[in-house]
Amino acid sequence: MTDTFRVALAGNPNTGKSTLFNALTGLKQHTGNWAGKTVSVAEGTVRHKDKQYRFIDLPGTYSIFSNSADEEAARNYIIFEKPDITLVVVDATSLERNLNLALQILEMTKNVVICINLIDEADKRGITINERLMARRLGVPVIKLSARNRAGFPLLLDTIDRIVSGKITCEPAQFKYDGEIEAGIASLEPFVKEVVDDRISSRWVALRLLDGDESLLNELNERLKAKEETVCNLS
Amino acid sequence: MDGTKCGILFEGKKGDFIRITSMEIEGVMRRRLLDLGFVPGAVVEVIRKSPLGDPIAFRVSQTTIALRKEESTRIQGELIQRD
Repeated sequence: MTDTFRVALAGNPNTGKSTLFNALTGLKQHTGNWAGKTVSVAEGTVRHKDKQYRFIDLPGTYSIFSNSADEEAARNYIIFEKPDITLVVVDATSLERNLNLALQILEMTKNVVICINLIDEADKRGITINERLMARRLGVPVIKLSARNRAGFPLLLDTIDRIVSGKITCEPAQFKYDGEIEAGIASLEPFVKEVVDDRISSRWVALRLLDGDESLLNELNERLKAKEETVCNLS
Repeated sequence: MDGTKCGILFEGKKGDFIRITSMEIEGVMRRRLLDLGFVPGAVVEVIRKSPLGDPIAFRVSQTTIALRKEESTRIQGELIQRD
């Protein structure tokens, strides 16, 4: 008997998500070297130890606040389809911008692994990254790798294995907002909890409500309606 | 040229380095610009201008991004270096 887990790949455009995806799954999904190349969601399977993993290659985005169809697809997948693990692929040579998305994803979901890709490129430029310090600060595993040289893969697969088997627990660092926003979250969260089931982070939804994110509201409405209908059909 | 001259990004000349001080943009567009690295304190280089002066390409955290006049007139900054 094999368990199947879903692993989503998220990250900025051009960080090598698709290269990593292809190298891991052995697929030859066409990849180009420009932003927004990945338009639809690709899937591939990997076996490691006694487990099977379905990798999902999400579109590259700088953010997940639904400014475009790409971002909406990535956001909806992470929040509603709930992958068992989300890999955030970041570019070692441009961590500053890439970590913006990483922090947003840490706010949405628990089991996250930060993959610092293009580490060979960073070495060439004399950039050194202290991944242990990052892991401590972010509360999730941080792994350096080079997708095109297949470097770091054994550690990545082992880390994934240890998360799904409960040997490591992720405690993503949560961003603390200023008093006014935190007060808003505190007053909204109990109501949000009643509506969304436990699997969606109520803190995250409360934050988006404060944002006035209408597209998320519509999406939530539709999904809740669909769920109600299935419940009615069953009874 | 040390951080005294204030203005908007749209007035930048090719080769200027401008430190962003504030942004008068709201909503999704503000979010988008923040995500791309247009944050207060960030230093932006003016890379090139289109023939008619709109849009303008800026370099921000190692990436070139073009902004339309609508956005670049609403981002304030101080000139820190002019070539």
